[in-house]
Amino acid sequence: MTTPAPTSGRTFFLRRQDMIGIAILAVLLMVVLPLTLDNFRLQFVGKYLTYAFVALGLALCWGYAGILSLGQGVFFGLGGYCMAMFLKLEASSVENTKIQTTPGIPDFMDWNQITALPWFWEPFRSFGFTTLAVVAVPALFALIIGFALFKRRVGGVYFAIITQALAAIMTILIIGQQGYTGGINGITDLRTLHGWDIRTDSAKTILYFVCVGLLIACILLAYYVKSSKLGRLLVAMRDKEDRVRFSGYDVSSFKIFVFCLAASLSAIGGAMFTLQVGFMSPSFVGIVPSIEMVIYTAVGGRLSILGAVYGTLVVNWAKTSFSESFPELWLFGLGGLFIAVVLIFPNGLAGLWQTYVAPRLGPLFGGQARRAAPPPASEPVAPAVAE
Amino acid sequence: MNANVITDSMNKDFVLAVEGLTVSFDGFKAVNDLSFYVDENEIRVIIGPNGAGKTTVLDLICGRTRATAGSIRFKDRELTKMKEHEIVRAGVGRKFQNPSIYEDLTVFENLEISYPKGRTVLGALTFRRDAAVKERVQEVAETIFLADQLDQRAEYLSHGQKQWLEIGMLLIQDPELLMLDEPVAGMSVSERKKTAELLNRIIKDRSVIVIEHDMKFVEDIAHKVTVLHQGKILSEGSMAKVQADPKVVEVYLGH
Repeated sequence: MTTPAPTSGRTFFLRRQDMIGIAILAVLLMVVLPLTLDNFRLQFVGKYLTYAFVALGLALCWGYAGILSLGQGVFFGLGGYCMAMFLKLEASSVENTKIQTTPGIPDFMDWNQITALPWFWEPFRSFGFTTLAVVAVPALFALIIGFALFKRRVGGVYFAIITQALAAIMTILIIGQQGYTGGINGITDLRTLHGWDIRTDSAKTILYFVCVGLLIACILLAYYVKSSKLGRLLVAMRDKEDRVRFSGYDVSSFKIFVFCLAASLSAIGGAMFTLQVGFMSPSFVGIVPSIEMVIYTAVGGRLSILGAVYGTLVVNWAKTSFSESFPELWLFGLGGLFIAVVLIFPNGLAGLWQTYVAPRLGPLFGGQARRAAPPPASEPVAPAVAE
Repeated sequence: MNANVITDSMNKDFVLAVEGLTVSFDGFKAVNDLSFYVDENEIRVIIGPNGAGKTTVLDLICGRTRATAGSIRFKDRELTKMKEHEIVRAGVGRKFQNPSIYEDLTVFENLEISYPKGRTVLGALTFRRDAAVKERVQEVAETIFLADQLDQRAEYLSHGQKQWLEIGMLLIQDPELLMLDEPVAGMSVSERKKTAELLNRIIKDRSVIVIEHDMKFVEDIAHKVTVLHQGKILSEGSMAKVQADPKVVEVYLGH
């Protein structure tokens, strides 16, 4: 008889080092950064953190399940646009827009000779509906895509290419339908949320903390999924899809689930982006931002939930400081970074941490190898037939 | 000896009834009008030269490849129209030729995933590793000689141990029909012996179809042998009968 697997001794879904990791991140984001950074810089961090939601989704979808989506910007955008529609409607009261030909509709509609609010804008007058839509619309969209592709067993590179095409299509659609979407400028001039002015410094600080709180909640959700049997199934599917299928699982439904989850997480980020930055535009939807989001995850370490958050912060911080000094060089820097991640440290920052830093910190930080090390070479490969 | 003159109405007596099974890939008939029947608690071994269509037959039964014509009935359920996971849930387990296990997971987790509970998205999210699961995993791990390695990552197992692990993953599903594709390929003599012993222990209360090249091993376990050649049955019967068949000697055993 042997002892049962050590993992089964864990009653809660978080391991000790996970709890410590989350606590450190929470302290960093809620205490250290707000105390050390000025308002202007803190707002930048708030903006970066909205991308961390996307990276979190990608860690589950790409890192764990092996489904590379190059179109997460679509979901980020859908969430952001849902929120922007609500805020824009509030900003477009009859009183605020009395100089327009048709008062009471968003300004860009008026400029495009639209005289009545389109039907699909109507429900976004309700904040309740909007919050629901932020999560549900992208999930529904992901469900349709997932159903169409995963049921037909489209995967790997083909899936990546199709999602990338979706990002391009979405951008073209938004730009083309100016009267309904605000076109290339996006939805701008957002002012208040239920009368609360979101443009002030104090509002932005509050929104920063809301964003951090939501992010921590989403991280906990991601950890729950990862530690459930579903999380292990995702890894199993990535390894040997057929074996999972021939163990009685409908593989496509698990892929659809994780893709929808990643979409909803991205969308929450998008909605927080709109709230904090004050506008949403197609430049956050297309191919380039979608690929950048994949790079954040790769740099952080695609198999690490917390790594995704740190990866996002590091790359964006580098992007901001770098492009302040050498704007034209940033894209080369980003490309170089991606190549470096793939070639030199494929497990990203999280991998570097686990290999070089954690072993020096002791078991509290997961310093001991999380899983049993390979057996020593001297161990017999199979017990000899002694009987 | 049960002659192969069997009518449809008698199919109920068999766990598996394959009739007129044909599959063609771009005109090439890998399996051609094949019929055979597997009894309850029978160990059937399929042998034949490379390219005879042995693995294709297993692929057809478990739904990995779709039949062009013919029927596969398992306990009176038609399998040719069912999805792969439905076939598994109906009670058909399949082991692949190369050990097909989850290298990134531990032995325990490999077995746990195969435990027939929480097979839907919601079920997997709310799955609890309760005492029944742990007990069953422990039990199976002991059967497959891996009780000491439950916490080991599967990638560090030896080739033979990986084969056993996959057999264990099937065992934990408790299928009524177990299909094994070359379970002893690449094993050492001692591992092979243990595997034969393992198979003899686990076949109770289930039917087994085994593809194997190792004639010594086949002799040890087979109740009945089916020889395939070019997608058709060349000979069928007891090991002794098949070995004495001049056609079999010519195309297969003689080489």
